[in-house]
Amino acid sequence: MTSLAWLIPAALALGGLGLAAFLWSLRSGQFDDLEGAAWRALEDTPPGASERRRHAVGDGDDSAAQ
Amino acid sequence: MADAPEGLGEAVNRAIAGPRPAAARAITPGGAGEAGASNDNIPLTENTTLVADTMYCGTCMVSIEDALAKVPGVTRARVNLTTKRVSVTYDPSRTSTERLIETLDGIGFPAAELIESSAAEADARDRDFLKRLGVAGFAAANVMLLSVSVWAGVAGDMTESVRSMFHWLSALIALPAIAYSGQPFFRSALQALRGRRLNMDVPISLGVVLAATMSVLQTTRGSDQVYFDAAITLLFFLLIGRYLDQSMRTRAAGAAANLLGLKATTATVLDDDGTTQRLSARSLKAGDRILVAAGERFAADGVVEDGTSEVEESLITGESVPRRISRGATIYAGTLNGAGAVIVRTTAADQSTLLAEIARLMDAAEQGRGRYVRLADRAARLYAPAVHILSAATFAGWMVLGHGWEAALTAAIAVLIITCPCALALAVPAVQVAATSRLMRQGVIVKTADGLERLADADTIVFDKTGTLSLGEPELIDTETIPPDALSRAAALAANSRHPYSRALVRAATARGFDVVAADGVREVPGLGLECSGAGKPVSATLAGHVPERLGAPSFVGRATTTADDDTSILGYRRPDGEVVTFRFADTLRPDAREIVSTLKDAGYAVHLLSGDRASAVAAAADKAGIDDFASEIGPAGKLRRIEELTRTGAKVLMIGDGLNDAPALAAGHASMSPANAADISQTAADTIFQGQKLRPIVETLSVARASQRMALQNFAIALGYNLVFVPLAMLGHVTPLVAAIAMSASSIAVTGNAIRLKSKRLELRR
Repeated sequence: MTSLAWLIPAALALGGLGLAAFLWSLRSGQFDDLEGAAWRALEDTPPGASERRRHAVGDGDDSAAQ
Repeated sequence: MADAPEGLGEAVNRAIAGPRPAAARAITPGGAGEAGASNDNIPLTENTTLVADTMYCGTCMVSIEDALAKVPGVTRARVNLTTKRVSVTYDPSRTSTERLIETLDGIGFPAAELIESSAAEADARDRDFLKRLGVAGFAAANVMLLSVSVWAGVAGDMTESVRSMFHWLSALIALPAIAYSGQPFFRSALQALRGRRLNMDVPISLGVVLAATMSVLQTTRGSDQVYFDAAITLLFFLLIGRYLDQSMRTRAAGAAANLLGLKATTATVLDDDGTTQRLSARSLKAGDRILVAAGERFAADGVVEDGTSEVEESLITGESVPRRISRGATIYAGTLNGAGAVIVRTTAADQSTLLAEIARLMDAAEQGRGRYVRLADRAARLYAPAVHILSAATFAGWMVLGHGWEAALTAAIAVLIITCPCALALAVPAVQVAATSRLMRQGVIVKTADGLERLADADTIVFDKTGTLSLGEPELIDTETIPPDALSRAAALAANSRHPYSRALVRAATARGFDVVAADGVREVPGLGLECSGAGKPVSATLAGHVPERLGAPSFVGRATTTADDDTSILGYRRPDGEVVTFRFADTLRPDAREIVSTLKDAGYAVHLLSGDRASAVAAAADKAGIDDFASEIGPAGKLRRIEELTRTGAKVLMIGDGLNDAPALAAGHASMSPANAADISQTAADTIFQGQKLRPIVETLSVARASQRMALQNFAIALGYNLVFVPLAMLGHVTPLVAAIAMSASSIAVTGNAIRLKSKRLELRR
């Protein structure tokens, strides 16, 4: 029965970890666009590439403007 | 917020409120300076949400994001494929929403700015449900883990003290989870009780709370009658049902908002100094002067200041023949300008007598519908008292038999737990979710929660004519009698104009396989037609024997070849050699109108036609569609009266209409549907919106609605059957926690499984 002393906390901790992961993914918007996310996985461009490229272009434009 | 520079638009303030993002500051250090509105270096970024509802795959998503990213000033563009929206962050001093919309239009995605209403709120509500669902799921899994150990241990060698510890652990997990996850139910139950009503949440809350309380009590006494697992799994299942229901409605509301957003028009505003700018119709103020080009929709109500044209008001009046307008005439938002460009001074929408009148009629009509009680609530009204009486009877019975109050209470609470309407509360939402998602795939959006139930009740269908039974736009008819070369040349002339008849000509020519290229040297004669003097020659240089080509009203082309009857409109085309060809146009019925009407009649529905159009046109349309019961030339109030008369005779009316003049009738009908091209106000008033050129979705919607009603009843029967088996057991005190847990899950799964069948079932419309 002593094994229960660590088995139960371990089970609860693992469950809690799952719950924490779920709440985190919920907060970080992972559930906002389930269809889009499925398609994004198939795109060759790495995630966020268009945004990063935009940042680079934006910086260039602005330094040119200054 | 407080440090936002003075003089900037409210939207800008909104966008830069909150912590300033360091990354954003690095991106547009120069942007703010250029705008000249800011004296420190606050980067100006604005957020907007655009709707582009033709995107459907990953490629669309990437091309939209790439195209927007290439627009100077855009810092972020992110597509949400589920909602068909793009959220864009941009620098308002370097680009504008109009520019972004143009970009999307340019790559083939008709887009519009979203009128943000309650979408964010609904999203937050969805997320809240998911959070509670997550917590309930975690607790249910862990408590069940402990319970299964106890059940297994009872047969094995588990000692009293270990069992007690497991129960305490269960309580430790379940109680906070119940307190948190159960809140939506507790709140709704309290609300109902305060209003002296009973809804399904009252027995649910009572069952869960009593189960938890009794379990705590039993745990302190070391008994094995502990129901934490049943209470928390019950909440978990119920939350799944609620969440599905809720998220489906959020999706439907989002899709409806997208449609409305895409219909929002832009207007060309004339400033005092003669410059023009394109603004969205929403930002127009009363007193603005707007220039409305030929063939454009009026973006606001107003009075014509300059120019003459015709206005096609079928969306408002149902009348498909255009009305002539000149200086001083009143025009309404959403109506279509004819051949001439006009300048309009806008008047405030709420001052418009027509709209105000319609809004007043709608308010009155909607009050009647507010009394509808949903099936689940009707069931709850019977079920909740029955449960409470049974439970009380159990307590009394055990007391009478002299078992003492503790045993009596235990049995009574077991009855409450076992009758806790898990399956009953899932019965309707599960069916509704299956039905709504099936309809959504076919372009039918069910907007209201009880819309399907009311659709299922309907036994009388009232159609509007223009725009509903018909397409609401002129089509060229009798094409086979027209010489092909004349059609092709006339279409080339017509390609220069945005008049509805011109567009119908171009459509017809394209349909016949002609490659229509706009002709050169075409001049629009406002109110009359188009004139082409031939290549390079000025209009006045009319040589003997060579007249300018003309396309327009019979009088304009020189000869009234055929007199127009009531249902068709005529356009003449005069060739260079002087010969006149006649084109006839009519507002044709939707391609499957006759078939659908006969399907509906065969299914046992009474079909009526109510129209604001002229008697002869309505009679002809009714004849073509096969409707015997029709009325013409009736206004919004008249339609409303007819619906009310039908309702008084006991009919449950499904109103199908699209115009502003249908809005009160749509609100008054027991149920209502609108095509997606309907006026804003009608779409808002209708329960259901269908997309596409055909009427087929009406039949589909009705059959799904009726099937979903049947399935909801089946589900109730399943739930009732389960109660018939387990309630006597509970009353006799034979329901152990294990039995309760199994019974609860089994009935929920049975009900959900039954509902899922609706997704793919073949249906036939029957009344």
